[in-house]
Formats: sequence, structure tokens, C-alpha cells
Amino acid sequence: MSERRVVDARGSFCPGPLMELISWIKLAQVGDELELLSTDKGSVSDVPEWVKKVGHDFLGSREESGVWHITVKKTK
Amino acid sequence: MDANKISIVVVSGTRERLQMAAMVASVGAVSGNDVSVFLSMNAMPYFLKGSQTPAPAEGPFGTLMAGKNVPAFRSLFQQAVELGGAKVYPCSMAMDVMEVDSAGLEPFLSEPLGLTKFLLNARNTQVWSF
Repeated sequence: MSERRVVDARGSFCPGPLMELISWIKLAQVGDELELLSTDKGSVSDVPEWVKKVGHDFLGSREESGVWHITVKKTK
Repeated sequence: MDANKISIVVVSGTRERLQMAAMVASVGAVSGNDVSVFLSMNAMPYFLKGSQTPAPAEGPFGTLMAGKNVPAFRSLFQQAVELGGAKVYPCSMAMDVMEVDSAGLEPFLSEPLGLTKFLLNARNTQVWSF
């Protein structure tokens, strides 16, 4: 059964949030969703670019009170 | 040129250059590129086993970074290896000068490499130097 995990990388600067997300993706199962919390604005563009490059699914991003919530699904 | 291969030469011992080199290595590696890093000169002492020595700032940005939660350059190089399959090679000449062997370096480093072999491998790749 697929799971959803929150990866809290608030306060970390580039490329910290991306690397944190990748660390958790390595441990996740195919079909799992990971929601990255980041205060690094660059993550909003960097994460979708990385997801596109490596072939996972980008499910969307939204900003709440200065925190970006970026959701990715592991597909392989 | 093979745009998916990135060769990085790191000889500086300043915070900004080590940080940028580590960022290029880590992001490049986890994005599916074949990344090779060649460490030499003033960069080498920071990769002695267990080294916690902070790198001095070259300019105001380096000083600014010291007070922020910027990922440590050593950790980024290690993540480049462990998450992205990068190779980080210590320069064999620098090791001779420092009188250190592989056991005295961080375990995530690859076996020492000579400049001739590194340059041969770097042909037709993106080459970055810091």
C-alpha cells in the first residue's frame, strides 16, 4: 500500500531540500508520495526540473506562510 | 561532447569555492550525470579522515554563509557519491606531498588518481574548476 511522507527541509538552503528529498525517495516504495516542505524558494523550480529529469511524477506545489509544499510521486 | 559527463577540478581551500564545487557535484550527480571530482592542492586537507576544519571565507558571501543553514560541503560531496554515484578522486601528487595514504582520507573518496588519467577521462566532458 502506498504511503505519503512529509520531508521537512525548512530552514535549509539550496541544494539541501533537494538532497533531503532524494535521500527519502531512495528509501520510499514505488507509488509513495513525498511532500517536501521548503523555505528555499529555488526548490519550487529545482525540484520539478529534477523530477522531470529522473522520471518521477511531480504532483504540484503550493505556498503557505512562506513554506513551499512540493509533492512528488515515486514511479520507479 | 558528452553533456552527461561532468568533470570537476577542486584546488581551492576557500568556503565559497568548496561549497560551489560540492553543489555542482551533488546536483549534477543526482540528476543523472556521470560526475568525477579531482581534489588537489588547498582542497585536500579538508578531506583528511575526520577533518572538521572550517574553510575560511574568501569574501563577504563566505562570511554570510557561515551564519546560515547551508549544507556542509563535505556532506554534499558525500551525497554526490552515495546518492548520485559520483567519484571523488584525491590527487596522487597531493597525497605524496602531504604524506598521507588512502586510509588517512575520508572513506567516501575513491582511490587516488593521477592528473594524466583524470585528464584522459575528462576529454569531451563538461569541465568545471574551483
